[in-house]
Amino acid sequence: MKRFIGFVTKEFYHIFRDKRSMFILFGMPIAQIMLFGFAITNEINNVNIAILDQSKDSETQKIISKISASPYFKIEQQLTTENQIEAVFKKGSVKAVLVFEKDFSKNLQTRNHSKVQVISDATDPNMANTITNYVHAILQKYIVELNKNNQPINHIQSQTQLYYNPELKSVFTFVPGVMTVILMLVSAMMTSISITREKELGTMEILLVSPLKPIQVIIGKVFPYIFLSIINAVVIVSLGFFVFKMPIEGSLFLLAFESVLFIVTALSLGILISTVSNSQQTAMMISLFGLMLPVIILSGFIFPISSMPLPMQIISNIIPAKWFIIIIKGILLKGVGLNVLWKETLILVGMTAFFIVLSIKKYKIRLE
Amino acid sequence: MKTILFIIQKEFKQIFRNKGMLPIIFVLPLIQLLILSNAASFEVKNIPFSFVDNDHSKVSRELIEKFKASDYFKIIDEFPSKNKAVAEMQKGNVDVILEIPVNFEKDLIKNRGTTLSVSINAIDGASAGIMNVYISQIIAGYNQSIQPQLVQYNYGFYVQLKNIVTIPSFWYNETLNYKTYMVPGILVLLVTMLTLFLSSMNIVREKEMGTLEQINVTPIKKYQFIIGKLFPFWVLGLVILTVGLIIAKIIFKVPMLGNIGLIYFFTSVYLLVILGIGLFISNFTETQQQAMFIAWFFTVIFILMSGLFTPIESMPKWAQNVTLANPIRYFVEVMRMVLLKGSGFPEIKQHLFILFGYAFIINGLAVWSYKKTN
Amino acid sequence: MNQEKIITVQNLTKTFGTFTAVKGISFDVYKGEIFGFLGANGAGKTTAIKMLIGISKPSSGKAVVAGYDVVENTESVKKSIGYMSQKFSLYDDLTIKENITFFGGIYGLSRKNIKLKMNDLLTELSLQDVANKLVGSLPLGWKQKLSFSIALLHEPQIVFLDEPTGGVDPITRRQFWEMIYAEANKGTTIFVTTHYMDEAEYCDRVSIMVEGVIEALDSPKKLKEQFNVASMNDVFLKLARNVE
Repeated sequence: MKRFIGFVTKEFYHIFRDKRSMFILFGMPIAQIMLFGFAITNEINNVNIAILDQSKDSETQKIISKISASPYFKIEQQLTTENQIEAVFKKGSVKAVLVFEKDFSKNLQTRNHSKVQVISDATDPNMANTITNYVHAILQKYIVELNKNNQPINHIQSQTQLYYNPELKSVFTFVPGVMTVILMLVSAMMTSISITREKELGTMEILLVSPLKPIQVIIGKVFPYIFLSIINAVVIVSLGFFVFKMPIEGSLFLLAFESVLFIVTALSLGILISTVSNSQQTAMMISLFGLMLPVIILSGFIFPISSMPLPMQIISNIIPAKWFIIIIKGILLKGVGLNVLWKETLILVGMTAFFIVLSIKKYKIRLE
Repeated sequence: MKTILFIIQKEFKQIFRNKGMLPIIFVLPLIQLLILSNAASFEVKNIPFSFVDNDHSKVSRELIEKFKASDYFKIIDEFPSKNKAVAEMQKGNVDVILEIPVNFEKDLIKNRGTTLSVSINAIDGASAGIMNVYISQIIAGYNQSIQPQLVQYNYGFYVQLKNIVTIPSFWYNETLNYKTYMVPGILVLLVTMLTLFLSSMNIVREKEMGTLEQINVTPIKKYQFIIGKLFPFWVLGLVILTVGLIIAKIIFKVPMLGNIGLIYFFTSVYLLVILGIGLFISNFTETQQQAMFIAWFFTVIFILMSGLFTPIESMPKWAQNVTLANPIRYFVEVMRMVLLKGSGFPEIKQHLFILFGYAFIINGLAVWSYKKTN
Repeated sequence: MNQEKIITVQNLTKTFGTFTAVKGISFDVYKGEIFGFLGANGAGKTTAIKMLIGISKPSSGKAVVAGYDVVENTESVKKSIGYMSQKFSLYDDLTIKENITFFGGIYGLSRKNIKLKMNDLLTELSLQDVANKLVGSLPLGWKQKLSFSIALLHEPQIVFLDEPTGGVDPITRRQFWEMIYAEANKGTTIFVTTHYMDEAEYCDRVSIMVEGVIEALDSPKKLKEQFNVASMNDVFLKLARNVE
């Protein structure tokens, strides 16, 4: 046992003496949270649009000033002809052009309806859709104003209640997401690098020949990273809680338990990667280049899984991160317990077991 | 010059001889491109929808039919009470609950307004906002459509309301196909990550193995060594770009309106920037792990602030200014402008200019900071 | 032996922060001699040699190698010297032929010249059969000899060998020293560091570094007389004991 502790201590020294790596390991999650909290958002703000007013009457002026007053849009240009639209889109200076038809007011008076074309640059479909929806909403409000005196009384209204996140704060999506991505990537990467480095340097054989059992060697190598990842998890959740007022509705104990479980899952994936890597370089490329985008995109972190085509939804099931995000969001934001999350927890346990068994098999094959 | 060729020859030999890395370099990025492009979409679809109908009237059923008919929503179930439905939301099985009050139909007919209760899982704020819009649209649309019917109950008084119709027109991507938007972006990311990771690790690897010391003892000039080392990765980046573009065109049917030659020219300059950054990183690190970590750090920050996943215009001013130093931002913009809108040289010349300058500065710094003598 | 000095070192010092690894050493090396640069591990030998070959900048002092100042004309120094590092620094994932081609090319040899030299080298070391094998698959002794030969491809005036016989069996060590003798006979100056004291016997002159300072400098025969001992090993033990 003493040998084991000595071994683990050496591993700790290795890690903590590498100042540059330490800086990145701890700085990365903080930087990401800060970015997500202060810089990145899906909301539209001050989007550049242009107006082509073919009427230039009092109605159009009123509507244009409403749009101008909205925080969502910034009127960059007033166009004079339709030919100019293509040019501004090509240049990328505006994302949409609102075209008011000729005789706008007159049509409104005589025919009771007039048209506004919302031409959007749909190379970014999300932006285009959002712009269209928001313009529509502004116009709807204006219509209600117009018809003030003729409001139908038999009117269906709706009262909306937003659950778990009434202020629609994006921190609620990204803190769980950042935590998942960081824990997964760091644990998998660090473990696979650590083991392959010993292989590359040739010191692995020394370890295996020593009185330490192979299982002790692996655990010893992996243990410091559990510790490190837990620190990361605590930092991330704390930042979310203290700086961004993210709630922690559920049990802290369950949170800790599930986090450690996920860390172990990621670590076992790292071990598996190290068994198929012949060098540090390979291990790093597989765990970083091979995992980063899939984890970010297929875990439901940024893109909702329910919107993906069915084959992708099926593939997303093999990504451990997907299940952990469900668990984490459930605990932090909904306050649910194991009775609800037992399925996801079991899946993570199963994946961990699978990785470990596969690693042992591959390791045995290597030895022969 | 000849010396550079000797180095290039050695580098290519080493790359192709590394059997473990070859699939990572050539196969992995393309698999990711194929799979991830299908998944990356902000569209909100198949929203798990449930309802509680306390009225069970013709009108309430019609309203629910409207939701059933919508592509956005997937009807999960009807629940006898709101509490039961909320319990399902806790479990994550539904995201929207529509509760129709008792006397819904009666109140509408008797000229009284009536209020529906809508509950939305708002954990994902952006999606929730969009869900809300869709729900409002369906409700408002239904309200509009039953007006003529209700007129007869309206004490014979029908005034036609004024309406302003918004006609959406989506240029360059009529079907709002997300792949058109994401494929070029993801390709950019993959090319960038591959070349940055490989180039930053490469020189540090020689440091770790001791062969860098051997090289430093030779009379080889700094620039010869550096060009020789980076050139293979420059080629690699362009190769992956090519295959990626072919996949984009044939499998994803991404339009390629503009001049492909322009894309290649731009990518060539862009890769110089990325390789310069990789080189710069490798000059200040002692181990491959450190180099990879630092490269990873910058990659994540650059990706998040590239405008690929979230629009740059939505960022606060200070963040937008920071993105001016982000080479990925320019690459993503140019790819989209040229491929999807057919923009030409005049529209992207500013981007090119900036990247040229960037390449010059970063490579200059990298070469200067590479010391043959400590 | 030629009295022409090919290396002159005056008060060469290297400091890392508060630690001085090399403390103002001064010595000369004559053209054509086999000069042994001895000392225990950590005595400062490798630091000193790195300054002489131009990859480490001296903190103070002066060194002239092959007629060029190591600080002022570093690159010219490099053209005139060869180097074999402790790790034998060849590319394990390239073949013998490819390593030869690469290093020959770096030193500016023409392709024709490289071919000629390659044939000579392969024949001399009897490596023709394995010429297309990866260096990583070779036994240590072969790597060692190959590394030495590659360091000499461009026919340098001086070749620096840093612990060239580490980890190699005694027979191979002997064979290696025969290669060194052969090269010295051609007129090449050999500057070799080692912690194997018996190898000191093979050198023309020897310096012994103890904790950054040269404690002894002379031919092995004279040193043994000076310290009244039978072997260089004993000379070293005496010096080491003096430090305690």
